[in-house]
Amino acid sequence: MLEWLGDRLAALGRWGLAAGQRLGRGTLFLLATLWALPGLLLRPGLVVAQLYSVGVLSLLIIVVSGGFVGMVLGLQGYNTLVGFGAEQSLGVVVALSLVRELGPVVAALLFAGRAGSSLAAEIGLMKATEQLSGMEMMAVDPMSRVIAPRFLAGVLAMPLLAAIFSVVGIGGGFAVGVGLLGVDPGAFWSQIQDKVDVFEDVANGVIKSVVFGFVAAWIAVFEGYDCRPTSEGVNRATTRTVVHTSLAVLGLDFVLTALMFGE
Amino acid sequence: MGNSRRVEILVGLFVAAGLAALFFLAMKASNLSTYDAGDGFEVTARFDNIGGLTVRSPVKVAGVTVGRVAGVEYDMETFQAVVRLDIESQYDQLPRDTSASIFTSGLLGEQYVALEPGAAMEPLADGDEIRITQSSLVLEQLIGQFLYNKAAE
Repeated sequence: MLEWLGDRLAALGRWGLAAGQRLGRGTLFLLATLWALPGLLLRPGLVVAQLYSVGVLSLLIIVVSGGFVGMVLGLQGYNTLVGFGAEQSLGVVVALSLVRELGPVVAALLFAGRAGSSLAAEIGLMKATEQLSGMEMMAVDPMSRVIAPRFLAGVLAMPLLAAIFSVVGIGGGFAVGVGLLGVDPGAFWSQIQDKVDVFEDVANGVIKSVVFGFVAAWIAVFEGYDCRPTSEGVNRATTRTVVHTSLAVLGLDFVLTALMFGE
Repeated sequence: MGNSRRVEILVGLFVAAGLAALFFLAMKASNLSTYDAGDGFEVTARFDNIGGLTVRSPVKVAGVTVGRVAGVEYDMETFQAVVRLDIESQYDQLPRDTSASIFTSGLLGEQYVALEPGAAMEPLADGDEIRITQSSLVLEQLIGQFLYNKAAE
């Protein structure tokens, strides 16, 4: 009995130590990535290429999801608001929920699925096929050549994607609310302009999306870089990227919301 | 080479679209366009009850928004609420004996300060206090009075 308890305790301790080690490796890795960032000023082309694969190729899913989320918000919000005779406020409901929450969060979740997984898989495969060691052999630093551009592209692309998501969503809400349900377009926009604050709402949403982009890009490149160099290792790294990014984004969103709007 | 140029153009379009979206959120979908340049003047008004009035509630004359509520404080000595009104500088010809009331737009709408111009010759200036004020109507008090009057009949 005692021995069994000891085994369990040892397993728990091993797990805790491994988790702590991973966290430490991740932090050191992040510092090394940040350290490699200034070198990118000499080679902006690397970041542009990554912005294409991380940002431009994610546009389709972001625009389509944003439009549909906005339209659903318009439909659902209208059903609730019309009961109070307050359907003029539909624009505020759509715009506030998108700018404050759904824009940054849903865009980050889609970003993790679309771009984060592909980043992790790409870097993981590079490691598995020993391209990263090959680079080191040729005195090319993989941190500044491979990791840093991908990280920076993720951090830069995320706020832009979230903003596009919000704008397309408001457009979707407008299309449903004004086009389909007959809300007055003037009231729709004037209520939005009246109730949405630039600093309180828009700027805080942008801050959120920057934080999410930072975390999503960090997790993706770290999982790829830290994976076991086998096909199973790449598989697990990709899965973990999506799961950990989603959890981190949702958890951080609660913390940030509490800090920003909790008072 | 042609391929990398295409990538660069697409990335440029993406960044431009993202920045345009941010610009749209800031200018069209929020209140940045209604922020004044800060060159307005400030007057205060005392109310017995401000109801649901908050900072950034509109200040209107004849239904036109001329400013915003800049701050709400409570005066411990007079037991009144002191509301600071930030009025845009182009509306500096309001008479000195302008009165202020707190109204609600619609049945469930937001509350705002309505200014009623008086007849004095000299205009309101920065730091002045509006003397004549009317508090917001609290629905519960109205209902209470109504029931009380009914009971008295």
